[in-house]
Parts: sequence; C-alpha cells; structure tokens
Amino acid sequence: MSPARRVVVTGAGTINPLGHDVPATLAAMQAGTCAIGPLDIRDADRLQIRIGAQVQDYDETAHFTKAELTLHDRFTQFALIAAGQAVAQAGLDAHLGDRAGVILGTSGGGLGTLDDNFRAVYEAGRDRVHPFVVPRLMANAAASHVSIRHGARGPVFTVSTACASSNHAMGQALALVRSGTADVILTGGSEAMLTFGGIKAWEGLRVMSRDGCRPFCASRNGMVQGEGAAVFVFEALDHALARGADILCEVAGTAMSSDAADIVTPSQDGAVRAMRAALADAGLTPADVAYVNAHGTGTTLNDRTETAAIRAVFGAHADRLMVSSTKAMHGHLIGAAGAVELLACLMAVRDGIVAPTVGYGQPDPDCDLDVVPNAARSARVDAAMSNAFAFGGLNAVMVLRRWTALAQHA
Amino acid sequence: MDVQAKIMAILADQALLDVSDVTLDDTLETLGIDSMGLVESIFAIEEAFDVTIPFNANAPADSGFDVATVRSIVQAVSALVRERA
Repeated sequence: MSPARRVVVTGAGTINPLGHDVPATLAAMQAGTCAIGPLDIRDADRLQIRIGAQVQDYDETAHFTKAELTLHDRFTQFALIAAGQAVAQAGLDAHLGDRAGVILGTSGGGLGTLDDNFRAVYEAGRDRVHPFVVPRLMANAAASHVSIRHGARGPVFTVSTACASSNHAMGQALALVRSGTADVILTGGSEAMLTFGGIKAWEGLRVMSRDGCRPFCASRNGMVQGEGAAVFVFEALDHALARGADILCEVAGTAMSSDAADIVTPSQDGAVRAMRAALADAGLTPADVAYVNAHGTGTTLNDRTETAAIRAVFGAHADRLMVSSTKAMHGHLIGAAGAVELLACLMAVRDGIVAPTVGYGQPDPDCDLDVVPNAARSARVDAAMSNAFAFGGLNAVMVLRRWTALAQHA
Repeated sequence: MDVQAKIMAILADQALLDVSDVTLDDTLETLGIDSMGLVESIFAIEEAFDVTIPFNANAPADSGFDVATVRSIVQAVSALVRERA
C-alpha cells in the first residue's frame, strides 16, 4: 500500500451570519461581531425563542436564476455560493472531473421546503404541491448541485450527524484524499433551519436561550441557532504543488468517536477519545496545539463537560491553550457548524489571529480555560483543533496545521 | 380532577409509578425523573392545562418555575392556571 498522501486546503468559501465571503467573515470574527438578533421569520410571534443568527442582506435572486431557484432550497443556495468561492480561490478548472468529489454535512437538509409545503397541505388545505418538492428537500440536494455546478464526478455524498455533520463530512474528505480515492474534494456543510418548524422543534427541548449565546460564561443559559454554509477545497499536496496552487493550511488530522451512552447528554469520555485520536492521527502532541475552537454551545452541560474533556486531553498544557467558541458570534449552525468554525482555525494558523468568545461576562469555575474573552488575539498558532459533539453522542474533531514552505519537507 | 391530582398523575406516569406512591414532598430525584423526563413532564403539564411554562433546562433556577418538589410544581402550575383564567 502506498503511503498516505498529505492533504491541504487550497480554497475556502462561506456565507454565514457574519459575512457573505471568507474575508468578511474573518474580519467580523477579528472584530468580535455578534450577528445574533431578533428572528425575522414567518410566525415569529408564535415562538417562545425569538432570537437567532440569520444571514443578513441576502437576496437569492442576485445569485440564482428563477429556474435555479425552483430547485434550490436555501441550504442548497448557501452551499453553492460557498463552493463557488472556494473553487475560484483554489484556481481549479471549471470542470473538476472524475478524481474530484463533494462531501457536505447538513442536519436539516431542505427544511424550509418541508416547512413551506407542510403549511400548504396541512394548514392551507391545498391538495397539490410543486413538482420539485422532493429534489429540493432531500439532504443530498446541496452536495448534488455543487457536483453538477463544478463537474465533480467522483465520490459525492451527504453526511448527517446533527451538530457534528460538517466535521464528519470533512473527516471523510480527508480520508478519501489521503487514500488516493480522490485528488480534490469540496467539503464542509450547509444549514438553513431558521424556519418556524425548525425553531419550534428546538424550542421544545428547552435548551435554547432567549437572550444570547454566552459560551463558558457563568450567566450562559443555552444555545442560539444560526444558518449558513462553508466549503473548503481539500486537495492532495502533490496535486496542489504540481499545479502551483496557493496553500492555505494543511489538514493534519481527524478522528471520530461515539459516546454510545445518552441520546442528548454529552459524555466527557467520548469527547476525550475523539480529541486524543485526532491528535494521534495528526502526529501531534497536546503541546503542539495552541488554539481549540470549542464546540462551546453555551448550554450549561456542554461547556462544563467540554472544559473537563480538554483538561483531560491537554493536561498542564490546557492552561496555555486558547479555547474560544465562535458560536457567540454566528450562532450554532448545526450541520454547518464545524465548517464555519474551521474558518476560525484557518485564521489562527494562517493569519495568527485567534477569534474571541464574545458576550463573555462572569467566569464559571467549571469552565476555567483561557476562552479568549471578547477580543481577538494575535498569536502564532502552529496547529489548531476544531471540536464538534453532536446529539446522538457522535463526536468528530478536525486538526489544521500552519503551512510554510518548510512544512513541505516536514 | 384538580391541579394537584392531575400533576401527580402526570409525574407518576413519567416515573412509571402508581399515583398513590407520589407525595407532595417527593422530588424529581426521589421519583427517578431525569432531565429528559422533566422536559417531557413539563410538556405534558402544558398540554393538560393549556399554559406555557417558562422552563429553561440550562438555568432552572432562573426560569421562575420551581421544580424542587411536587408541591412547588403544583404551586407554580396553579399560579399559571390562575393567571390564564
């Protein structure tokens, strides 16, 4: 068996509550912008939870034709916009070909389409729906449209593991490029769950905050949902070097674990096993990591459990780690969370800027890490880790490494 | 059925106990109702009395809905039912 190929990121794209592309998003993260506000959706007055992080100033007709819009649910639109930016930055051909794939995460898929059409048949009593309801709502619609748009004819599929969907998807992309199954994979995730039905379902679980997302803060009282997408070009190093591509960072490692315990309560042990295995996969020791983008949902339980897990994995080095949750800025993007949060890791390793945990007020003794409170920080970060721990007890962790000309020979 | 009897029936159902085994001094812990069971019980109470209970599992103490004992739950729901009337 030939040795595993190294994998690098050669392009990134996004549309999320903080910005409509990567530069705008990173600038907002650096500025500590909070994009959470009153939810502007149909029937918001019937919701208990009325805040969220919506993609702002978005006009779908500026991006898509009328014919395209009949087929593109909002989550597909976000994925196409992000993927288009990523491919453009990577400087890849318009037709990616048989050695390229698309692996995207999503939790809700075309939930807006489902919501609208359930309203039509149940609430309005209509007996007919648009012929394209099924191709709009299917969870693989985004991945399929990205593959069609960019001519990616290799492995194309969708991963759905709730809040860990994107990390699981990107982990698969790393594995397939490493193994030589593909040279290029567009990977990340997309989510558009800010619909009446989507919020109503989350509301029932009683874990949502009515006033803001404050990860690791003593006053935290729950999560706030966001929406959007981020897509990366994961490319084999040899392939990228051969075509003279700009390399943004290396995808150093990934790992996943299952708690096999409770359907909603997080487990410290499951998180520890995923983080440890990701470090081992990346060939790194705990001391090599300077920044962790935490899952950090802002629920009482997640943040306490994640802090304990990070301490268990990093030992004494935990006190030198920077650990932030950018969810306080862009909300919880559920199936797209890991993808948008990997942008913060990219900024850390490439630009030396660590995104803050905004909205932070009072320290919680159970969350006693350096959470980079309220203001971004400059620091050299050689390796960064991104955590995602999903309902269902499914954990997936990504590790990025700073890319330098020297790193090529590492 | 009055508020107290109805709440005891809901909690007994959740705890898989006979309603005669539920007392006003019981706590969620003594009834063996975990956080998921509590959220389900609150939903059942909301449906039974057509009230909205402002309960947040992240900050139970800040919810203005005291779930310390069966008695405190009965009192809180009674207050909500009176408000609604």
